[in-house]
Amino acid sequence: MATKSASILNPKIIWPAIGDAFKKLDPRLMVKNPVMFVTMVGAAISTVDIFRSPGQTGFVIQIAIWLWFTVLFANFAEAVAEGRGKAQAKALRATRTRTNANKISSNGKTEVVDAESLRKGDVVVVRATELIPADGEIITGAATVDESAITGESAPVIREAGGDRSAVTGGTRVLSDEINIRITANPGEGFLDRMISLVEGARRQKTPNEIALTILLAALTVVFLLAVVTLKPYGVYANTDFSNAVLVSLLVCLIPTTIGGLLSAIGIAGMDRLLQKNVLAMSGRAVEAAGDVDVLLLDKTGTITMGNRQATAFVPAPGVTEKELAAAAQLASLADETPEGRSIVVLAKQFGIRARTIHDLPDAQFVPFTAQTRMSGVNWDGELIRKGAANSIRQFVGGKMPQEIEQIVETISLSGGTPLVVATSKAVLGVVHLKDIVKGGLADRFKRFRAMGIRTVMITGDNKLTAAAIAREADVDDFLAEARPEDKLALIRHEQQGGRMIAMIGDGTNDAPALAQADVGVAMNTGTQAAKEAGNMVDLDSNPTKLLEIIEIGKQLLITRGSLTTFSIANDVAKYFAIIPAMLMVTFPAIAPLNIMKLHSPNSAILSAVIFNALIIIALIPLALRGVKFRPLGAAQILRRNLLIYGLWGIILPFFGIKLIDLVIAGLHLA
Amino acid sequence: MHANQWLELAVYIAVLVAITKPLGLYLNRILDANGRTWLDPVLRPLERLTYVILRVDPAREQGWKQYALALLVFSLVSCLFTYVILRIQEHLPLNPQTFGALTPHLAFNTAVSFVTNTNWQSYGGESTMSYFSQMVALVFHNFFSAAAGIAVAAALVRGIARANSHTIGNFWVDITRVTYYLLLPVCIIYALFLISQGMIQNFKPYTTATLIEPQTVSVQKTDANGNPVKDAQGNPVMVNQTLTTQSIPQGPMASQIPIKMLGTNGGGYTNANAAYPYENPTPLSNFIQMLSILAIGSALTYHLGRATKNQKHGWSVWTAMFVMFLAGVLLCWWAEAKGNPIHQHLGVAAADGNMEGKEVRFGIFDSALFATVTTDASCGAVNSMHDSFTPLGGLVPMFNIQTGEVIFGGVGAGLYGMLIFVVIAVFIAGLMVGRTPEYLGKKIEAYDVKMTLLAFVILAIIILGFTAWACVTKWGLAGLNNNGPHGFSEILYAYTSCAGNNGSAFAGLTANAPQYDTTLGIDMLLGRFAMIVPLLALAGSLAKKKIIPASAGTFPVTGATFVILLVGTVLLVGALTFLPALTLGPIVEHFLMLQGTLF
Repeated sequence: MATKSASILNPKIIWPAIGDAFKKLDPRLMVKNPVMFVTMVGAAISTVDIFRSPGQTGFVIQIAIWLWFTVLFANFAEAVAEGRGKAQAKALRATRTRTNANKISSNGKTEVVDAESLRKGDVVVVRATELIPADGEIITGAATVDESAITGESAPVIREAGGDRSAVTGGTRVLSDEINIRITANPGEGFLDRMISLVEGARRQKTPNEIALTILLAALTVVFLLAVVTLKPYGVYANTDFSNAVLVSLLVCLIPTTIGGLLSAIGIAGMDRLLQKNVLAMSGRAVEAAGDVDVLLLDKTGTITMGNRQATAFVPAPGVTEKELAAAAQLASLADETPEGRSIVVLAKQFGIRARTIHDLPDAQFVPFTAQTRMSGVNWDGELIRKGAANSIRQFVGGKMPQEIEQIVETISLSGGTPLVVATSKAVLGVVHLKDIVKGGLADRFKRFRAMGIRTVMITGDNKLTAAAIAREADVDDFLAEARPEDKLALIRHEQQGGRMIAMIGDGTNDAPALAQADVGVAMNTGTQAAKEAGNMVDLDSNPTKLLEIIEIGKQLLITRGSLTTFSIANDVAKYFAIIPAMLMVTFPAIAPLNIMKLHSPNSAILSAVIFNALIIIALIPLALRGVKFRPLGAAQILRRNLLIYGLWGIILPFFGIKLIDLVIAGLHLA
Repeated sequence: MHANQWLELAVYIAVLVAITKPLGLYLNRILDANGRTWLDPVLRPLERLTYVILRVDPAREQGWKQYALALLVFSLVSCLFTYVILRIQEHLPLNPQTFGALTPHLAFNTAVSFVTNTNWQSYGGESTMSYFSQMVALVFHNFFSAAAGIAVAAALVRGIARANSHTIGNFWVDITRVTYYLLLPVCIIYALFLISQGMIQNFKPYTTATLIEPQTVSVQKTDANGNPVKDAQGNPVMVNQTLTTQSIPQGPMASQIPIKMLGTNGGGYTNANAAYPYENPTPLSNFIQMLSILAIGSALTYHLGRATKNQKHGWSVWTAMFVMFLAGVLLCWWAEAKGNPIHQHLGVAAADGNMEGKEVRFGIFDSALFATVTTDASCGAVNSMHDSFTPLGGLVPMFNIQTGEVIFGGVGAGLYGMLIFVVIAVFIAGLMVGRTPEYLGKKIEAYDVKMTLLAFVILAIIILGFTAWACVTKWGLAGLNNNGPHGFSEILYAYTSCAGNNGSAFAGLTANAPQYDTTLGIDMLLGRFAMIVPLLALAGSLAKKKIIPASAGTFPVTGATFVILLVGTVLLVGALTFLPALTLGPIVEHFLMLQGTLF
């Protein structure tokens, strides 16, 4: 993203947020958050009470001010969370300048039209340096495209007709060549439009867990409202008149304002964190679902392995030294620009063979790989050196290879590797062991997921033997070999029937059904339009390992909500010990021992609790926006840890906080 | 706090633990419509006959709405049945003392009280109820309200245990099987045991005994119409009266007491309840009665574990209940044993603590244990007067009820009440492990949270709301015998006890007045049915869900962390809701007592 570096405490976000905090006082907006709405009504009541409390005016004014602050702090938290998204949306909007398009009409002529007039199915031609007018699919041609407007990545990417790299996004720029595009989105419905509205949070809907939590918070608010309102008649019975300001203070301290005030900020910030990772979630629901994932489906190629096989060993035939084989293999691969070929050259160097290049051998004749021969190699110094699959070489050497070679080939195949036989026209020299290289650090990562109870399943088109070997090396829990698209879909359905939640990442059109079926389907931005439509997230970096980060963010989102809820409720204990004795001290002085914090006076006790309650919101904004630190542990350990931090400390901390504030208030003679 | 008493506590706990598993296994068979028991040869034909008469197809299960409807219709009809009997008592047989009909408000209150398994008694049994009323109108409910409670718990457990199911059992089958296979057989043996201890079972008129030592009592002076005479200040005028005879109630007690305890009903045959020698003749009968109060509640946790195939979870829930039980017993016992400093200062205190309102046969410990047990479970039978406990000693029974009767709790009600807290705890803490909260593989979603909280909030609303109403109205204050915080405690206890379907009383409140009878009646109805219906909805919702297989990422509902979490949720949520009210009652009273003021 263009504004990736914007930090939480960026003044550009803070200042507008302060203004927004006031704008959000609109009761029509406030009513959506029951906890803060009750707080605002309480603030209003205590404001009115200022004029009805002669002798207590100073105290009631302070209560009213701090209650308004409580509401404003919560609004501010939400505004800050929204701030970064708004800044990004602004940057994105700037790229959406008015453009013209070269539309190819049905009679084959090209006419220049306003991009806004394009509809699904229209075909346009885009030339170098021109902006792509709308989302579409390349039907002919290939081009380099600058997609930095949406991905923030400045290196251009290649887009071409056919295959899985055919989708282009409106608002990106063609740098070279010329392409014909079939438009796939009407104006206003394009990827960029959706992206703007998503980052802006304009269409933000509450996620399922957020709704459930809101119900819980509303119910607690009702209970506390009742507990406080009934104190009025109880007071009448006990000949004690509790003032409105005091009752409102107690109410606001008891209802879960901490989590109520930060709840929406947590949700917005979670989506935003995903955006920082260059993942665009189509809904908050998908982010939440990511936290629930039980099974990860990972494509082998590109995700688990480097995507290319590499030479790892030279296995010579009897009577041939390893070095001789290495030298021959290197010669045969000098002109081979494929990653496999490069890796053979690199491996051969380890045998003390000096790095040769094509230019060192001017008289050599290189034989490129063709689909017919299925071999490549070199004719040099009167010798024909070839490397290729066992079948091809067998034909090359006259239909029969030595028994030893056949055995080596089989051993390598069984171990999951790919054997590449090297031969001259006279004899078979040996076999190069090509192997899928598992990406570094993956096994460790999968272990972390296993600790969290998430199973990893590798999907590959390889045969079972190869698949099993790689699965073992990568330390995945399971694999699906010789997988066709319908197999993927069947696997997802099967797991879902068992009650599990599935996440997968894909890019091709043939991935689309599986992406749609998965609970969390992440499409790569480089992928086809169909894949992007089917998934509920788009990874702008097109990095398959991103799934792991998405899951962590999803979990972190839920953990933050749960932790702050626990903290919020646990805080009430100390507030009770501050306010209840203060309320009854006048009528029942005997209750003094209950004032265990030895707060200065009834008024200072109540004021301290209210101030603590307001300040804790501000204090927790960074945590709400950043999220509780996620640790890849089992549920039992996470629970124990968070209960200790947010539950136990939630009970203890406010005792100190309130006492401290009370000391300040007493010192300043505020109450 | 003598060694002997510690020993009794240890034996009580040991026996409770010992019966939990066998009784739980037996419950498991009863609550399965096709379960086999060794009583089948005798009872199976009777069971089948019952279904034929009721026109119930036992193989056909009900969805939650049908289940709830069946329960409500059954309760309404049986409530009317009792109401009518109590209203025409004078025309019915077995009425040697020729008691008249009950007033409409008392009959309403009593019928509601028994149908809701509360057994709040605004009357004294021996001076109001004929033998017929006791044996038919009241005992009927003692059995079926208990069976209904167990049925609801069973339905909720099925909801948790089943996957992709649209039904949660059949209400008629559940109450029939619970009554036939569990309550009736146990009660028959239990009754014989109590008779062996000296409990009576007869239809004789009351006997009159001559007192060896005539007693002089101070009573309110009444005018010719029976209304109390008041002096110029409005205080009642008292006169001395000398008594030379005593009327000793008789009647069919042994058929009534076992189910009163086993079914956590608690409605005493006599006004003195389990303090009366005939109702609780010996220390052994006292011990067994206390045990039978918690027996089914404890065994149901085992059933929960068995049914959900997670026995550790069952025991974890049991442990959470047990921890709160033990804490309550120890606090109450300690407070009572410590006694009243004012009495001690005046030199009128009993040697071993606060003996006011306690039966000398039972003493401090058995009274404190009984008070804790009877309020942990929503039983409400008493063998001492909770009103006369020290403020902290009396706080324990009251707070026990305010937790929602989840410490073993009423039969069935305790388990389904505890499951409310389990769901709340799992929801809040479940988020903390980074997944949509799950309870035993079931996702807890918005609808489930809504239903759970509906059941929870109703309790707070009726207790706090009715108390607030009563303590500022003339009729509310008219019923008080004590002023100050203690009077407030009496009102709060009454509405707490009724809402929690406990039925015990902080005696001292004269509740047999139209307004109290009516509001307490409504309190009981809402406390029972407004809680059951959302919970059945929860059961229905859970039954439909898929079960997510457990993994390392699954929220653990077993082990120490879960027990602490559950206890913390019950105490914190209970305390946060009721602490302001409790402060104005027993807590203020405690501090005033320390300063030398009594009420």
